[in-house]
Amino acid sequence: MAFKQIELNMGPQHPSTHGVLRLKLTVDNEVVLKIEPVIGYLHRGMEKLWEHRTYPQITPLTDRLDYIAAILNNLAYVLAVEKLAGLEVPKRAQYIRVILAELQRVASHLAWAGFNANDIGAASVLLYSFIEREGVLEVFEAYCGARLTVHALRIGGVANDLTPKLIALIRQVVAAVPQRLADIEALLSENRIWKHRTIGIGHIAPDDALRYGLTGPALRAAGVCWDLRKNIPYSSSEDFDFEVPLGQNSDVYDRYLVRMAEMRQSLRIITQALDRLPEGELCAKVPRFLKIPPGEVFHTIEGAKGELGFYIKSNGTDKPERVKMKAPSFINMQCFEKMCQGYLIADVVAILGSLDIVLGEIDK
Amino acid sequence: MSAKTNDPAALPALLDALTARFGERLLESHLEKGELSVRVTRESLLPLLAFLRDAAGFNALNDMIGLDNVNAPVAGRPRFAVLYQLYKFPDARRIRIVVDTAENEPLPSITGLYQSADWAEREIFDMFGLRFAGHPGLTRIYLDDEFKGHPLRKDFPLAGA
Amino acid sequence: MNQHALIFDLLIPLLKAAAVCIYLMVMVIIMVWLERRLVGWMQGRLGPNRVGCQGVLQPIADTVKLLLKENIMQKQADWLLFNIAPIIVLVSALLAFCFIPFGDTIPFKGYTFTFWVAESPVGLLLVMGISSLSVFALVFGGWGSNSKYPLLGGLRSVIQILSYEIPVALAVLAVVFYSKSMNLVAIVQQQHETGWNILKLPLIVPFFIFWICAVAETNRAPFDLPEAESELVAGFHTEYSGIKFAFFFMAEYTHMVLASSLAVVLFFGGWLAPFSQVKALAWLHPFPGAGVLWYFIKIMGFLCLFIWIRGTFPRYRFDELIKLAWKWMVPLALLNIFIVALIRIW
Repeated sequence: MAFKQIELNMGPQHPSTHGVLRLKLTVDNEVVLKIEPVIGYLHRGMEKLWEHRTYPQITPLTDRLDYIAAILNNLAYVLAVEKLAGLEVPKRAQYIRVILAELQRVASHLAWAGFNANDIGAASVLLYSFIEREGVLEVFEAYCGARLTVHALRIGGVANDLTPKLIALIRQVVAAVPQRLADIEALLSENRIWKHRTIGIGHIAPDDALRYGLTGPALRAAGVCWDLRKNIPYSSSEDFDFEVPLGQNSDVYDRYLVRMAEMRQSLRIITQALDRLPEGELCAKVPRFLKIPPGEVFHTIEGAKGELGFYIKSNGTDKPERVKMKAPSFINMQCFEKMCQGYLIADVVAILGSLDIVLGEIDK
Repeated sequence: MSAKTNDPAALPALLDALTARFGERLLESHLEKGELSVRVTRESLLPLLAFLRDAAGFNALNDMIGLDNVNAPVAGRPRFAVLYQLYKFPDARRIRIVVDTAENEPLPSITGLYQSADWAEREIFDMFGLRFAGHPGLTRIYLDDEFKGHPLRKDFPLAGA
Repeated sequence: MNQHALIFDLLIPLLKAAAVCIYLMVMVIIMVWLERRLVGWMQGRLGPNRVGCQGVLQPIADTVKLLLKENIMQKQADWLLFNIAPIIVLVSALLAFCFIPFGDTIPFKGYTFTFWVAESPVGLLLVMGISSLSVFALVFGGWGSNSKYPLLGGLRSVIQILSYEIPVALAVLAVVFYSKSMNLVAIVQQQHETGWNILKLPLIVPFFIFWICAVAETNRAPFDLPEAESELVAGFHTEYSGIKFAFFFMAEYTHMVLASSLAVVLFFGGWLAPFSQVKALAWLHPFPGAGVLWYFIKIMGFLCLFIWIRGTFPRYRFDELIKLAWKWMVPLALLNIFIVALIRIW
């Protein structure tokens, strides 16, 4: 059929651009020839704002970056500040951080599983995964009163203790999630349509993935074993026994499998941390007005979307000279163009979903 | 592929290797909090990165960071600096390269070496107004093309232009 | 006598036609409510439950809302095509019901009341022809909107409906071979003597082909590509609002009812009670006219199946969908026709 190439504008208002992302597609019939992401619709100038806030004031602002996984943002930031200020975090606080962070990872991956499945047309999975995500959010609510932008961590430690009641609630959630994961897998893993839609779609070679700076589950789906919890341990993550799930084909299906397996590993970590939760202080001795001598530090953690880090340069006052966030979605979004070439419009949506981007993090 | 954890003894050895090879062109280096930071001349940026990537195995660019040092000026140094945060897979080893630059002197683009520098350089251009020679399409990434000013410069007001 | 002829030949068919239209509108309302509640139940949520008892009045509230909405048309849209599309889609869906038998006959003082508006020796052909007129509406809507997403949606729908029309026709042909008639009433009556068509071995495969293609032709999940919301926003009806959108919406549900009715008539014995040829089970059909109930129960089963499928499967990709039609459905249907023909010759 003779059909002229057209330019299709996907977003910023579109059901599956995961926020306010705009994609300029050049399509021939339905085949995508060129794709140009346009970002910045959610740019709030966070990095500028941070230069005018004290170190503790920045922590709640980091919640607003990747709003699907706020605690992981908190964790990356407070770890960087602690490294810069030379603070030693008590063991109990470290364990509580691990528990909260892994719960957050589960919540984020569950949200991802739902969104990605919904993009591919399986709306039920979205609802199923949100039922369990709700359980995790209830834990956060019981812990600190907030569900999404939690501000659960503090520089030097954590905000609250885990009460026995809360521990029981967490154990309940940890027991319930695997059943729901099995439900989701029963709907998708062996489904012919799902496999058609995901296997071999959005392929990127491991070497290319590294060159493009891809991190997180998307990189592990390419078969590259790179998990900062293992490679550069932080917050006592070396104390726990867990595996790093790897994919082989670096396609949408493998990213799905990797994330599903990662949730189970996270639950393992949570159980171990709860079992071995040490007694002790909740927070290090942090001066009321935290002034950090001049210096610079770059610290990254394994976020839900990839390698999440902060570069902080201090100037001796109570406010940082410069804070730069290394946003995994920003880097992963860059590979998107490479992954999409030659696929169909429907695949663009599937690939975008598989990258698990959050615009709050990309646009900062 | 498997990965090893960070080996703290490797960084001093790397620094020695760099000093041996680049000598004078290595302006300054320090190893603090387990992080190696090297300041180099702008001319030696590309050779150094090429050496790090091909000979030393730093195969990925973690991040690029722009700095505006207007509040803490050092005599004889231009106002801005660009930091390149590299990491080496699978050894979990990091190095930070610092290059000083001024507004009207474009730095060489490193997109030829690290693909991920593409958007990072656009971000620095957007936020600091620093240019990169040889970048395939250096346009603003976050802000509107008509936007005046560069927000992360220290003289840009917090309340906006 | 003249007076009676007027009543019987003109007034009653007109009343029947009006009744069918009302019945379909009621069905749409029931279906909208049922779909939302049922999918809600499958997905572990409630669905609408506030307006009226268990939310049954929700579709009416929605309809009123749609009727009161402003009718927006873009400046660049083609006036004729844009406005004619919703009319075609609804009319073609309603018109096809002329030939669908909803129930058996009721004898009344020498006059036989029938539960169908019209009977035609080529009823099946007419139903298939009229219902596929709706593809024009999708093209007109997609092209007339003069917008890119509707255009892509329109393109998809043409290719999809044309591709699936062929296996549907071939599957239905197998039934015609058995019944030796294209008259839908005769097809049901023949099943009264021989049992439901679905119980005949050579007609099982055609049923599945028919059903899969029916889901595809009604643009329902997992074949809802022309209006895939995660890809094409709303496909061919992206630019429609208010009452015109409501027309597309009603037409979709009417087509679902039509597909279910055809499945029931062709394969599940129409108005017949199960095993109606067995004398011992005659109590299942206690009085003339009871067939309407059986028809209704059966189509509700199929309509729920539509909803169940939607709640379960992800969406097909466009090229896979076309591959499914041409590489699986068409050859399978052809092979089946061949086998059925051989059986009938012997």
